[in-house]
Amino acid sequence: MTDTATPMRHVPDRLHGRAYRTLRSWEALLLAVAIGIFILNSFASPYFLDPWNLSDATFNFTEKAMIAFAMALLIISGEIDLSVASIIALSSTAMGLAAQYGAETPVLVLIGLSIGLLCGAFNAVFVTILGLPSIVVTIGTMSLFRGISYIILGDSSFQGYPSSFAWFGQGYIYWVFTVEMLLFALIAIAYYVLLHRTNFGRAVYAIGNNPTGALFSGIRVRRVKFTLFLLTGLMSGVAAVCLTSRLGSTRPSIASGMELEVVTMVVLGGVNILGGSGTIPGVVIAAFVMGLVTFGLGLLNVPGIVMSIVIGLLLIGVIALPRLWTLVANRRKA
Amino acid sequence: MMRFLPLRELILGGAVLILLALIATRFPGFVAPDNLANVFNDTAPLIILALGQMVVIMTRCIDLSVAANLALTGMAVAMLNVAMPDLPIPVIVSIAVLLGAFMGAINGLLVWKLAIPPIVVTLGTMTIFRGVIFLISDGKWVNSHEMSPAFTGFPRAQMLGLPVLSWAAVLTIIVFAVMMARTPLGRSILAVGGNPHAAVYTGINVGRTQFVAFVISGALAGLTGYLWVARYAVAYVDIAGGFELEVVAACVIGGISIAGGIGSVGGAVLGAIFLGVVKNALPVVNISPFWQLAISGSAILIAVAFNARAGRAKGRIILKSADVTP
Repeated sequence: MTDTATPMRHVPDRLHGRAYRTLRSWEALLLAVAIGIFILNSFASPYFLDPWNLSDATFNFTEKAMIAFAMALLIISGEIDLSVASIIALSSTAMGLAAQYGAETPVLVLIGLSIGLLCGAFNAVFVTILGLPSIVVTIGTMSLFRGISYIILGDSSFQGYPSSFAWFGQGYIYWVFTVEMLLFALIAIAYYVLLHRTNFGRAVYAIGNNPTGALFSGIRVRRVKFTLFLLTGLMSGVAAVCLTSRLGSTRPSIASGMELEVVTMVVLGGVNILGGSGTIPGVVIAAFVMGLVTFGLGLLNVPGIVMSIVIGLLLIGVIALPRLWTLVANRRKA
Repeated sequence: MMRFLPLRELILGGAVLILLALIATRFPGFVAPDNLANVFNDTAPLIILALGQMVVIMTRCIDLSVAANLALTGMAVAMLNVAMPDLPIPVIVSIAVLLGAFMGAINGLLVWKLAIPPIVVTLGTMTIFRGVIFLISDGKWVNSHEMSPAFTGFPRAQMLGLPVLSWAAVLTIIVFAVMMARTPLGRSILAVGGNPHAAVYTGINVGRTQFVAFVISGALAGLTGYLWVARYAVAYVDIAGGFELEVVAACVIGGISIAGGIGSVGGAVLGAIFLGVVKNALPVVNISPFWQLAISGSAILIAVAFNARAGRAKGRIILKSADVTP
């Protein structure tokens, strides 16, 4: 902001090497935290290091992380989607409705994913075509999508999914490795390639840093943003399939509050909430950190609502601490 | 003339009247003065919170923690009442306001001093406050028989034909109308939202104004916390769950621009009343209350789309962002 006014205080003789930068990065710090929590947990509870327990523990972050990857791209591009948990509710309700009419598993999955895509497209139309702020639009659709679930379901619930449908949320590929873990890994790789190895990914960064500049350099800003909302909707659909399959039932309150955890995961992963920077490996590690924290606290019998305090503190803390640090450092210099 | 009757408020007021007229054609009892007073009383918490949210949104921030703040303050004063039943009501009200303002100040400080985006701050404090309610109450309910009669009676006490709860809303509306139009604070709130860079050049401390807005919103949430818990005579962890969305919805419907700088007291109040009428009319016209959520969601979308068409006047940026030395 004030780069023209303040003289440069310090010009380095040479730039640091790649190894040094990797070591000092946010991701490295996060990885250290993750390892620290892992060691702490294994001391705190004798049940922690059991492979089956660890496998069970992955369920509390795999579904959220699937959405978090798409959300990371969306936030890097300078937008946000707060309606993801409501998309899960609507998509799950649609699948439940279809299951009542005897739809088979492939049809259910198709319905779940299409509702996710449709909801994403709905958000995208309001944000990219009508040019409205994504925060307000998705706060609106957050009520609307879940509201439709409430209209359909009221205070009842859908059950009776076909038994083959349980594979997504309860199935194992090999030994302790679940279907959800495989999906998580595949989606992580796909998003890594998309963000870090394609032109599309470069466009996402460019838009987040300077939308006008991106437009003038020939990037179809609105089309990219439209795609990002579609992807977030689709991922919410995937998460809806996994969650519904795991729970085996649908209530309109399903996944409520999950949008907060997804955003926390993304921000914890080092994505700038104002857009422009962030990486997929960061989000992956953040997913593990959040999974480990909730699992460890769960083993210590800490109730869920107290865990949410920890999540809230993490969200504010990870952003506040570096800023507090620079604030103090600047004071000292001045 | 346009200055006193802005178009947006006219349209919204018209929409509320048409809604009432439609309901009246089939259920004349709904528009009886007694029932309308009830609807207003029922909407009073939403009106108070919407006005607090209005000043926050007008300074380009958002406060998603109001409902959690309300619930935490409500639980705190309810437990205080159980522990000390003889504490006079004015003391309880002041404690509620101060506690709410304190929580608002936490939000405000994080936004002002650390420049963390308001949506992140308040999403975080929203969950933290809810968690703290669980910690202090141990997940238990405070029920009506544990509260003192004076505590639960105050919001329902009749004064000049209306309950105290309604009067609280009326008083808030008057204070805000004066504050926004006639005080330096009100004008700086508008200036900060309209053009923060220009506001700095005119000697307004942007961060501090945003901080004050959060404190106001928090204080009103605290006040509403007491009124809410006393009116419904029960306090538990999940009181007013999701109410923050309704509050934001009232503001957006009332024409307050989420980009800051545009909005009016009349708009926020009408937005809240619109939602209140819808909420109270649903059971009367035999629609399941489960429609409420979807209706307010659609109302947000329609309102924001409508407002974006109405007020898109972009000036040319002639000032660079100012170098603020704290």
